[in-house]
Amino acid sequence: MATTGTNHLQAKLVLLGDMGAGKSSLVLRFVKGQFFEYQESTIGAAFLTQTVAVNDATVKFEIWDTAGQERYHSLAPMYYRGAAAAIIVYDISNLDSFARAKKWVQELLQQGNANLVMALAGNKADLSSKRKVETEEGKAYADENQLFFMETSAKTAQNVNELFYEIARKLPKAQPAQQPAGMVLTDRPTGDRFAIKSTCCA
Amino acid sequence: MDEEYDVIVLGTGLKECILSGLLSVDRLKVLHMDRNDYYGGESTSFNLNQLWEKFRGSSKPPPEFGPSREYNVDMVPKFMMANGALVRVLIHTDVTKYLYFKAVDGSYVYNKGKIHKVPATDVEALKSPLMGLFEKRRARKFFIYVQNYEDDDLKTHEGLDLTRVTSKELFAKFGLDDNTVDFIGHALALHRDDRYLNEPALETLKRVKLYSESLARFQGGSPYIYPLYGLGELPQAFARLSAVYGGTYMLSKPDCTLEFDEEGKVRGVTSDGETAKTKKVVCDPSYVRNKVKKVGKVVRAICIMNHPIPNTNDSQSVQIILPQKQLGRKSDMYVFCCSYSHNVAPKGKYIAFVSTEAETDMPEAELEPGLSLLGPVEETFFDVYDRYEPVNDHTLDNVYISKSYDPTTHFETTVQDVLAMYTRITGKVLDLSVDLSAASAADE
Repeated sequence: MATTGTNHLQAKLVLLGDMGAGKSSLVLRFVKGQFFEYQESTIGAAFLTQTVAVNDATVKFEIWDTAGQERYHSLAPMYYRGAAAAIIVYDISNLDSFARAKKWVQELLQQGNANLVMALAGNKADLSSKRKVETEEGKAYADENQLFFMETSAKTAQNVNELFYEIARKLPKAQPAQQPAGMVLTDRPTGDRFAIKSTCCA
Repeated sequence: MDEEYDVIVLGTGLKECILSGLLSVDRLKVLHMDRNDYYGGESTSFNLNQLWEKFRGSSKPPPEFGPSREYNVDMVPKFMMANGALVRVLIHTDVTKYLYFKAVDGSYVYNKGKIHKVPATDVEALKSPLMGLFEKRRARKFFIYVQNYEDDDLKTHEGLDLTRVTSKELFAKFGLDDNTVDFIGHALALHRDDRYLNEPALETLKRVKLYSESLARFQGGSPYIYPLYGLGELPQAFARLSAVYGGTYMLSKPDCTLEFDEEGKVRGVTSDGETAKTKKVVCDPSYVRNKVKKVGKVVRAICIMNHPIPNTNDSQSVQIILPQKQLGRKSDMYVFCCSYSHNVAPKGKYIAFVSTEAETDMPEAELEPGLSLLGPVEETFFDVYDRYEPVNDHTLDNVYISKSYDPTTHFETTVQDVLAMYTRITGKVLDLSVDLSAASAADE
């Protein structure tokens, strides 16, 4: 997470959860307002940004999708590195996906970043007729582990913006992760082309 | 796994991950596997527990070293030339967006028992205590010649055809003494031995130019940059590129075995009793022991310290080159140090490496001149590994094998190997003509 102005935050946000729980769909709904019934496995949504305004601050989310690397338990440590927020997604119509979500929560807790803002999202809330995970179950697990909880639907857009705004609201209160200043290499010409510009909070 | 792929890549070292990324971007269907449960293969960065497990056979490092996860200790330590080939590849593939870099504080050279800052421009040459007054003037003229030299502007060649004139003859024209030649050839042009002296001077001139342009790039004390959290981030970033373009990743795949048809062409890879079909295999030497030969041996000391390397102006990150002639050796020795300023160790801890090509049967003892520069050391690990090169004919078996990582301090040879492999695999030449003059470090 980086402070680039008095009230402007930049925050890396990662998504975790079972294949098919709707991680990419949530991001695409939030960033582009789109939804596809038969979303291909993640291509193209692996790195998106979206800025939201909360109170008197703006938060620019750098959203990292797993790019499918979680499928064979091969997610790289770099994925979690420096994350300010994480959304753990499960499918309310799939019990296994809820069990996997709990494992991701435990893995994140082990990463030891006490300031990480974590959200649990019970996605596909539009499929209430096929529901296998009760709202209360999700809520209870989230409370136990101090996550905040919402049931969402990328299809109907229910609670999708609310989820990201709630994360944005919680961010400025969380202490920024300890990170030294570093630079990103880019081929975009900047006015001062040899300058080193700090991008991270000290 | 029971699918057919265009390419199966074995091993997640940096070279394999760059290739995997490039091939996936080309829309080839790639399966990428590794026997280990971590990314990076030989070029990974270990946390403290992994380091202890590898070298001490126990995963319980003493508590005084601090938290395991704050360590990222490179198994093949190198720095990146700020204007070098790896930076071009990173920008070409847009993998830079996953990485943060910081300039390296200092670049030093060992001369007559002492270390000196490496002078790389005409101005620095005049200030350097490495040379006497008259030699400084001669060196300054040489640097001005290098800076002005343009391939397509014959005026700047001053009548010399550098594709024919040797490096030795070029140095002689400027009247440079052996001492100066030694640091220009080894600390600036980064040659590993003295064979270059009898080869055309153009290569040496281009290397010196790369050094000074890289130095100018970030106005630091060295031409090098280095990623936060260590080099292990690089293979992960390229693996992510591959995954974003549809590459499939499987770690912890034991006993990956190549399967061949009756003509000797590879047709698949078997692991855990399942065979994935493929047209081509790309791998590091450890996956095909019968298709590689040993070409050398690298010896390296990995040291954990509580202080920066003495006489380096308290540099938080630094490189020292010990040219072979200074040590009476055939190959150069390299000292490399990084610290918490690049997030590779907890605050107050420094990781130093001393590496060289082993020349004797007692390789650890060979490192003494480098180790003696470090001052007190808390813990030392010695690593000795064989270097391999492929001996197969890829046109017969469709197996493309990378060379082991050499002990050089930067990535130029690494990227050369990758680009040559890419051309062998695809028949295409990768166009890396990114506009480096427009490339910069910027806010994002």
